[in-house]
Amino acid sequence: MTVGLFVPCYVNQFYPKAAKATLQLLEKLGLEVDYPTQQTCCGQPMANSGFEHLTTDCNENFIRNFAQYDYIVAPSASCVLHVKEHLSSARQPENAALIREKVYELVEFLTDVIEVERLDAVFPHKVGLHQSCHGLRGLHLSQMSELNAPYFSKPEQLLNLVKGLEQVTLDRRDECCGFGGTFCVAEEAVSVKMGKDRVTDHSKNGAEYITSSDLSCLMHLEGILNRQKSNVKVVHIAEILNASL
Amino acid sequence: MNSREKILQAVLKNQPAASVLPDISMFGGNKSEAVQQYLEIFKTIGGTALEVADFAEIKTYLQDNFELTKRTVTTLPELGDMAEMLSQTVDPHTFEDVELAVIQGHLAVAENGAIWLTDEVMGQRIIPYICQHLAVVVSANQVVPTLHEAYAEIGIGNYGFGGFIGGPSKTADIEQALVLGAHGPLSMTVFLLTEMS
Amino acid sequence: MKETQIQDHATLAEAFIQDEERVNWHDGALWFIREKRDLAAKKIPEWENLREVASQIKHNVISNLHDYLVQFEENLTRNGVTVHWAADAAEHNAIVYSILKAKEITQMVKSKSMLTEECHLNEYLAERGISVINSDLGEYIQQIDNEPPSHIVLPCIHKRKEEIGALFHEHLGSEKGLSDPTLLTRVARKHLRNVFMTRRAALTGVNFAVAETGEYVVCTNEGNADMGAHLSEVQIASMGLEKIIPQKKHLSIFLRVLARSATGQPITIYSSHYRKPRPGQEMHLILVDAGRTRQLARPDFRDSLKCIKCGSCMNTCPVYRKSGGLSYHNTISGPIGAILAPNLDMKKHADLPYASTLCGSCSNVCPVKINIHDQLYKWRQVIVKEGYAGYTKALGMKTMAWTLSSPGNFTKAGKAGRWFMQNLPFMINNKFNPWYKQRELPEGPEESFAEWYAQNHEKEEPVYK
Repeated sequence: MTVGLFVPCYVNQFYPKAAKATLQLLEKLGLEVDYPTQQTCCGQPMANSGFEHLTTDCNENFIRNFAQYDYIVAPSASCVLHVKEHLSSARQPENAALIREKVYELVEFLTDVIEVERLDAVFPHKVGLHQSCHGLRGLHLSQMSELNAPYFSKPEQLLNLVKGLEQVTLDRRDECCGFGGTFCVAEEAVSVKMGKDRVTDHSKNGAEYITSSDLSCLMHLEGILNRQKSNVKVVHIAEILNASL
Repeated sequence: MNSREKILQAVLKNQPAASVLPDISMFGGNKSEAVQQYLEIFKTIGGTALEVADFAEIKTYLQDNFELTKRTVTTLPELGDMAEMLSQTVDPHTFEDVELAVIQGHLAVAENGAIWLTDEVMGQRIIPYICQHLAVVVSANQVVPTLHEAYAEIGIGNYGFGGFIGGPSKTADIEQALVLGAHGPLSMTVFLLTEMS
Repeated sequence: MKETQIQDHATLAEAFIQDEERVNWHDGALWFIREKRDLAAKKIPEWENLREVASQIKHNVISNLHDYLVQFEENLTRNGVTVHWAADAAEHNAIVYSILKAKEITQMVKSKSMLTEECHLNEYLAERGISVINSDLGEYIQQIDNEPPSHIVLPCIHKRKEEIGALFHEHLGSEKGLSDPTLLTRVARKHLRNVFMTRRAALTGVNFAVAETGEYVVCTNEGNADMGAHLSEVQIASMGLEKIIPQKKHLSIFLRVLARSATGQPITIYSSHYRKPRPGQEMHLILVDAGRTRQLARPDFRDSLKCIKCGSCMNTCPVYRKSGGLSYHNTISGPIGAILAPNLDMKKHADLPYASTLCGSCSNVCPVKINIHDQLYKWRQVIVKEGYAGYTKALGMKTMAWTLSSPGNFTKAGKAGRWFMQNLPFMINNKFNPWYKQRELPEGPEESFAEWYAQNHEKEEPVYK
């Protein structure tokens, strides 16, 4: 089994640590992982702004880079959801369809495909889990609080395997952080207010770290935390699952 | 072409391919717990519900809890000696000063506390809305578990006006603070009468 | 009414957010209602099934609307109700006016009706010498403050009790400084009782219209619709075409989900089934299109016509809770408003589908399972294609697409965040960047992952097919 590592463009540029952790974690679990170096972007920034018609070349490039792998794994629920829902190609419709089936966000890949039952990770901190909306309501990584349906949480399932980690309980367990792509600047005031309120929920409940399967949410929350000179830090879930003392 | 024809033509042109109606016969509740559930639910809504054996018990309760010196109207002959039998023909505005209205309800719904009433038992449509306090007498075996059983019982019906009433008039429009008695009654009392059973 | 807003959602929201204490209160009050809704939904084991069935019934309505409308009309006529058809707001308003004029009525009381708000009926009638009083307490408060409702179920949820006390002092002569909700409600009760007693005409909205029987159902908690209707000589109901349901028994489904979704109540206090006029009374019903058949023609958006106006999407929407309903500058605010409004006026409402993070919570609480957040995404695509997105935005997107679509361009764009800092709208590294106003930018790392990988992870280049 060969896994194609999909590192979303802004993760590549701003959060290489999360990508490294993902790569190392997958290799630790005995997987063969390739990083196709000609990859760029899934096209989501354009599509969510209403410019899906400009994503044709992004789509073709994505298919060129990833069609050959058994699985495609990325440390970003949002980008994975975009590929799952919107990847299309007039030239290679079959490959596009196959990729939509075999692309996974890291957490769900670990719980559903690899079925990880133990990890050697150690992270002796209080951690608040931020559910990214695309991970939650798009990929169903956890049960959504709105539904009358049994509770489950794939990220919690993995965090429970980490030694020393204590998860904090939030007042609002799956409220949006307000990033929302270009929303974060187009609706700056609302975006920041939403982010501030999420940060408060985590900090007042004792979190030292906020973690998530989406770095776009974390980038936004980190921007607010740093401006507030808060001691609370953000960390991608891959870094926790790959952490050792 | 008039607006009716224009609209209907546009609807016909634009509506999608026909889809079938789903079966809803599987919905319903448990009849055996309905009375107990009704009593509990109605209390949480801000009303008062009690089981009574007969009209004598109802009269005693009304005498103990309401100012019967003020205008009290009813459609129930059993209460004719303590309340004014209301006229079905006078101008509805004349009921503005009604303090208490006691009327019969057709059925009670356990899941939500609502009572089904039609103009036949209201006497006049305005009665259960204009009075300051409303009391309704329902047979205890007419308590159904959910709205599904209620509508099955109501059927098509042959009323001019019918309504579910599920508690005292209520508003929370000012800062979400619950206030009983918005425009309609300030209180609602339901008697589940076992004798009628 | 106050001047029609020409500012966009972001600008109006920013103004609302200035008063952070108010925003926190507003957010908390609406979240509390969302929690009450969750509790109510979770008490019903078959809840998700009810939503599914409600959605399917509404789909059947949309797909058989022509026949249901004809059937409904036949039954109304048989019941002694006069039926009118209005293609647009102007025709609707003219019909109401003609009904009142025939009876020489100059004062009317109105219970909650979003449709007549949408039609600006009150203003139209006022110009013709007819005064209208909104009798729902929240709507009444909004009316005396000359503001539209900010929420379809909780019209004045953005106002504090002290502000309402001041309005009542000014308009109703209540004691100065009064702010207790119960006492304020009593003041309004007394005043509006007099209104009900003196109005010869009453207008209501419609929650559900049963094709099978020709009756229509109006749901309120206050009893205001009934107080108006049963004391009136002339009763008028205005309804959008989409309010039809096929059979009486389907009310059981909709009444079970409506109030639970709206406020967490098991049912509204009053669910009134109007079928025939009282002896001596006139009853009219106006069926209004006003853009609904146009929405019906849009396969991606016609499901929005399933809406039963419970407002749960507003209560759960974090953007709504932080920005207030008036920032949507449309009669129906919040997520549902944002998918309905572009159909009415795409240019004026081009900003609304963007007033969302696409978090998807709205679709999950919707009792008729409208895929609201998917429709927001789809409206964005339509708005761009129709040319309402703005030139700068379009140009920026083209540049971004060009860079991100080709590995060559992407590599040339620079390393470790340089290109992003210069081009991504939320990253632009200068002090005018809205990102930077209240947030720090991420620190650019020493090297990107791709650079690290090239140096540290020697592997053969994958071979493309």
